[in-house]
Amino acid sequence: MKARVHVMLKDGVLDPQGEAVRHALGHLGFSGVEGVRQGKVIELDLAATDAAAAENEVQVMCEKLLANTVIEKYTVEIV
Amino acid sequence: MKAAVITFPGSNCDRDLVVGFERAGIEVTRVWHKETTLPEGLDVIGVPGGFSYGDYLRCGAIASRSPVGQAIADFAGRGGYVLGICNGFQVLTEMGLLPGALMRNGSLKYICKPVALRVETAESAYTDGMTPGETVTIPIAHHDGNYQIDPEGLAQLKAEDRVAFRYVENPNGSVDDIAGVLSENRRVLGMMPHPERAIDAAQGGADGAALFRALSGIMARA
Repeated sequence: MKARVHVMLKDGVLDPQGEAVRHALGHLGFSGVEGVRQGKVIELDLAATDAAAAENEVQVMCEKLLANTVIEKYTVEIV
Repeated sequence: MKAAVITFPGSNCDRDLVVGFERAGIEVTRVWHKETTLPEGLDVIGVPGGFSYGDYLRCGAIASRSPVGQAIADFAGRGGYVLGICNGFQVLTEMGLLPGALMRNGSLKYICKPVALRVETAESAYTDGMTPGETVTIPIAHHDGNYQIDPEGLAQLKAEDRVAFRYVENPNGSVDDIAGVLSENRRVLGMMPHPERAIDAAQGGADGAALFRALSGIMARA
């Protein structure tokens, strides 16, 4: 079973990298980009067979390591 | 007086930090990140600058969960002194020993230069004897030194006089110009500037030595 974790900066936390990407898109002529937020995707290969249990475990992984919940939010998807 | 300086894979200011402590008369044991116990009779732990674990995932994230990480947290929990510099500051925020987080510099550039810092409080073992408002020059060398904390957290830091240093000219976008913060019990200090790179005139300035002398003085009196 695979799990996919999306980690994004929380709303309201300034994202300097996203801003830089937005500026670069503007330089390339994409004038309609009003905002860019950059995050990361983490894919996990799990031995678990129970989707609900796996999701719970990945939530704990997010809290303990994969996300810094001071500045980041996350979503877990079992695929 | 005994200090431990932790070395993670990718630490590169550990040796300089050892010299900083030693010049202030503090005996230093170097501790490898795989250790789970710390030397007996320790007064202070130094968490050095560098790129622990290659800054993978987030700066300081893997180091903060390393075997020695728990020992550092336990030591701090017992009221021990912990000094985290640069990547060490990032490690301490990732551990939750200090509030807030260090994000990518607002300019997105790595910045390496001496900067002027304003001492904001003398009420800590690291700034004892300094005068609030005085300016010291200490080098910074970081890509992710942009200190951020939510408005409630910032209000609490200010109300409790826990901002140790502010930048005179903000180089990285840190909220409220913050360069260094103290824990609630004032014994854990995290700062992005490198006092260990300013302990000898040959380095271009020795303002950083005052921090190690202050610590040594407090421990001698304890």
